Amino acid sequence: MSDHAHDISRHVRIYVTVFIALLIGTVITVALNYMHFDSMALTVTIALFIATIKGFLVAGFFMHLISEKKAIYAVMLVTVFFFAAMMYLTVWARDEMPRGTQYISVDTRPPGGASSAGH
Amino acid sequence: MEIPYAVQARPDTGLFNAKVGIWLFLASEVMLFGALFSSYILLRVGADPGSWPHGLLNIPIGTFNTAVLITSSVTVVLSWASLKVGNFARYRKLQFVTILCAVGFLGIKSFEYREKFAHYEVWQTDGTRRIGHIDYNGRSPLFWKTETLRQMKLDSIKFKSDPYHYTMSTRDMAAGKKAAAGKEHPMEEIKTADIKRLSAFVPAHGTYFAIYFTLTALHALHVLAGAIVIAYIWGPGAKLWKRNPEQYINRVEVSGLFWHFVDLVWIFLFPVLYLL
Repeated sequence: MSDHAHDISRHVRIYVTVFIALLIGTVITVALNYMHFDSMALTVTIALFIATIKGFLVAGFFMHLISEKKAIYAVMLVTVFFFAAMMYLTVWARDEMPRGTQYISVDTRPPGGASSAGH
Repeated sequence: MEIPYAVQARPDTGLFNAKVGIWLFLASEVMLFGALFSSYILLRVGADPGSWPHGLLNIPIGTFNTAVLITSSVTVVLSWASLKVGNFARYRKLQFVTILCAVGFLGIKSFEYREKFAHYEVWQTDGTRRIGHIDYNGRSPLFWKTETLRQMKLDSIKFKSDPYHYTMSTRDMAAGKKAAAGKEHPMEEIKTADIKRLSAFVPAHGTYFAIYFTLTALHALHVLAGAIVIAYIWGPGAKLWKRNPEQYINRVEVSGLFWHFVDLVWIFLFPVLYLL
């Protein structure tokens, strides 16, 4: 087997391993969801943590970001900066929610805030 | 005219031009989906406590669709690896699976959408709220709203209420679902005069479904676009393989990068919309 073919064959093994890891990550995320943690913050943290790991696996191995050229890293660096800045704007705005972004307008809300389910 | 650096790497970037191009495009896509994700966060944080819908999406179907997309991502990268070792026949088979997965994903998503269009919430004048399905002459109508009842001059509707409501806690909702599993939901008659508002789970229902449909429909459009490009390269565009195999491999790589990005977006959409 030539070096090139050997290299590709090694890559293929990595792709299959990543594929299995992604499926396992999905199963863990769903299984944890059925455990119904009392803390919403914990639920969000765990779900997004697993999603981030899966995201790194896809970007790193399937998209070859772990061994890319500097030009690509430069593009990604700028993107990450602006993405983080945009998310920060959201956090900044959370104490000054614009009117009308509430889920249901006031006149359809049942007395006492959250509704009964009708049962 | 020959397009420069379609195969050879540019000396300054060390990459063929299409690769730089797709990464710049993906950077803009990150900002597009990022803006919608931040809108989601803003809407969710701004929602009244206990009013944000949860538990209304079909988790087993969503999980299956996630697996379908992950599978398509691995077949894309494996097909590229096949071309790298000159195995065109294997590439063809693997990319065919990718296209099947894309069609399957969109088919399943359409089924999910239809389920939502036939699922309703009723706000009654006494403050009671129910979710469930309308029975109209034995069928489950789509897209009905308050005005529909007036236009059709219906005095009442037959409504199969679900034994839970999304304002319940996750635990109570799960218990309600479990208790009612396998049992026929009771049919009730609700007078039109007692209905303050009727809405299917469409974007107009509330901010949750507005952002749900915006995010998932935009994602589905990306799946469709990616599938068309991959299918073109796989089918009519495959003539290039004989003429210029290196350029063909580059095309497969670039379309693959877009496809992985679509998978990446779904990896975040699935827990955020279905599970949290």
